[in-house]
Amino acid sequence: MTRTQTSEPELPLLTGWGRTGVPGREVVGESLARVTEGAVLTRGLARSYGDSSLPPPGEDTVVSSVRADRILAFDPDAGVMRAEAGFSIAEFNRLFLARGYFMPVTPGTQFVTLGGMVASDVHGKNHHVAGTFGRHVRALKMRVADGRIIECDREREPELFRATIGGMGLTGHILEVEFAVRKIPSPWIYQESFRVSDIDAYIDGLRESADEWPMTMGWIDCLSRGGKLGRGILMRGRWATPEEAPAEPPRPKRALTMPAIFPSWTINDLTVALFNFLYFWKHLPARKQGIAHPESFFYPLDAIRHWNRMYGARGFTQYQCVLPHESGRGAARRFLEVLTERGGASFLCVIKDCGAEGEGILSFPKPGISIAIDFAIRDSTPDLVATLNEFVIAEGGRVYLTKDTFTTPEHFAAMEPRLPEFMEIRRRWDPETRIRSAQSVRLLGDPIHLSEDE
Amino acid sequence: MNVIVFGGTTGIGRAIARRMAERGDRVFLLGLDDGELPRCAADLRARAGASTEGSDDYATCDLLDPSGFEAALDAAWSDLGKVDAVVVTAALFGTQDALEADIDLATRLVTANFANTVVFCERVRKRLLAAGGGTLCVFSSVAGDRGRKPVAIYGATKAGLSHYLESLDHKFRDQGLVTVCVKPGFVKTGMTAGLKPPPFAAEPERVAALAVDAIDRGKPLVYATGIWRWVMLVIRHLPRFVMRRIGF
Repeated sequence: MTRTQTSEPELPLLTGWGRTGVPGREVVGESLARVTEGAVLTRGLARSYGDSSLPPPGEDTVVSSVRADRILAFDPDAGVMRAEAGFSIAEFNRLFLARGYFMPVTPGTQFVTLGGMVASDVHGKNHHVAGTFGRHVRALKMRVADGRIIECDREREPELFRATIGGMGLTGHILEVEFAVRKIPSPWIYQESFRVSDIDAYIDGLRESADEWPMTMGWIDCLSRGGKLGRGILMRGRWATPEEAPAEPPRPKRALTMPAIFPSWTINDLTVALFNFLYFWKHLPARKQGIAHPESFFYPLDAIRHWNRMYGARGFTQYQCVLPHESGRGAARRFLEVLTERGGASFLCVIKDCGAEGEGILSFPKPGISIAIDFAIRDSTPDLVATLNEFVIAEGGRVYLTKDTFTTPEHFAAMEPRLPEFMEIRRRWDPETRIRSAQSVRLLGDPIHLSEDE
Repeated sequence: MNVIVFGGTTGIGRAIARRMAERGDRVFLLGLDDGELPRCAADLRARAGASTEGSDDYATCDLLDPSGFEAALDAAWSDLGKVDAVVVTAALFGTQDALEADIDLATRLVTANFANTVVFCERVRKRLLAAGGGTLCVFSSVAGDRGRKPVAIYGATKAGLSHYLESLDHKFRDQGLVTVCVKPGFVKTGMTAGLKPPPFAAEPERVAALAVDAIDRGKPLVYATGIWRWVMLVIRHLPRFVMRRIGF
């Protein structure tokens, strides 16, 4: 088969989920081994919010893995699957949920690929018991910077394996992922949710639920102040038993699509306050319980395709940090106080307790409290992020690179003592720093252009 | 149903094979000897809920090598026993510029897309008719609907193919051979990677859904997606002096 490249004088905008981006294009191919040859970066479904899936300055092309989505092996008894990196959770759920299998860990959207899940070392509502996705990964096939295709796991090239889990795609192109799946008693969720009056009660509720509930999370209103600071709704769930579950498997939910018409002033303090007020009081009974659809439980925002358009043309960013348990009980409250003082209005403030740190060298979660907030991007956003970062550094926490757009290299280095180890392994596998992203140039000091002999 | 998909390792053929395997059809893959057949077959088995181990549900077949057609079809027939449908998505593609610049490429493309595809279909036709009937679903293209500047050579192969498929349907439908000619517009697959998607560009899954529906219902002609029926209706009726001036 022959094809010729048509010259495109004007490149479209290549964006992350926050809709900020750079001019660029995706190379889509069914054979990742072929299309990753000489490529600077591979991305999946582009659900990372900031610039981690964008090409570095001076480059305009990234590989897209989404058409490389074959299941290569599945052992239903052992519960082990091997698939190409572009295979998505949405596809997994469509095919395997009704057959009694679920991903061992899922983030809050099912529109993510295996490769992206490894690169971000994603966590989910079950982090306090299941850890990150990396814990369930058994092997990776990768194309590394010198062009070789190699298999790595905890015995073979263990350093590369550990650096790749949570390594933001910077250690090589992930081609295939072998991972353990979870057998589930039914494809339905038993869920409880209740209103909590303030942030301290919320965090106590998370901690108490952690012992008995494999999945916990919640939403808090970060605009309410004073005594009501951090009032919210706490949710906890587990897989329903076959006796509790409806006889029929859940039908895939139809999604609405967000129209592309929102001006950037749609999201302001007033609309956010109104949303938060309604969301809180929509949960009218103090406590609700019952069977929930797994998509509503795990992926509430997937119900509106392109919900990221809501933030208008300038896009948005998500700030997600983890505050370690050592920083003490009031850390989340102090974080919210810093935030509300700076007027950081956010629809979504999701708080979750994290369990043990993963084995990925740059893996985000560690024991403590994770806080995630969305902001529409304004001129003041870099300052707000810097203020929050200074607080997080002082508390011994760190931010999640998958969400990050505005952290400075100085702040990142200050919150990430593991960075030198990561960079050392990366140097060994990629001495010329061929594999880069916009984020790695911004945060890790990667070169913009390769040396002259390139 | 039991179905053979020639070209089922990539693009639209892959999407059709998946769709049919997921709903319980038995799929036998024919494709190039490039290492992808066993991996695609494993994918289909996983989607069908079967064990991913195995090696008897695929065989190599190269559209440029008609001497291998009979052996490939033998392998498929002996695995499936009875064959209800044969889908052909295999084809070559080249832009008009590339084909004009490279006469060898043009020779290969014309041979594969027209002569060898017809030869393959003839072998399938005889087998299906001998077994009492079945469905032959072949991918032509909207490019064959009108002589146009950017698809002079590729479009000509598809025009000839469409013509053959229509005749086949007229002649053999009452003997049980249902011929389905699918005419996709621009589809975002590896074949068109690097080209700028025009309006109405479709995902292969959407085209596959329309093709499988046409197979189920025995529709002789389907545009994929449907908008192309009306676009091509207009283009077919444009006067020559207009076609000569415009660039598409």
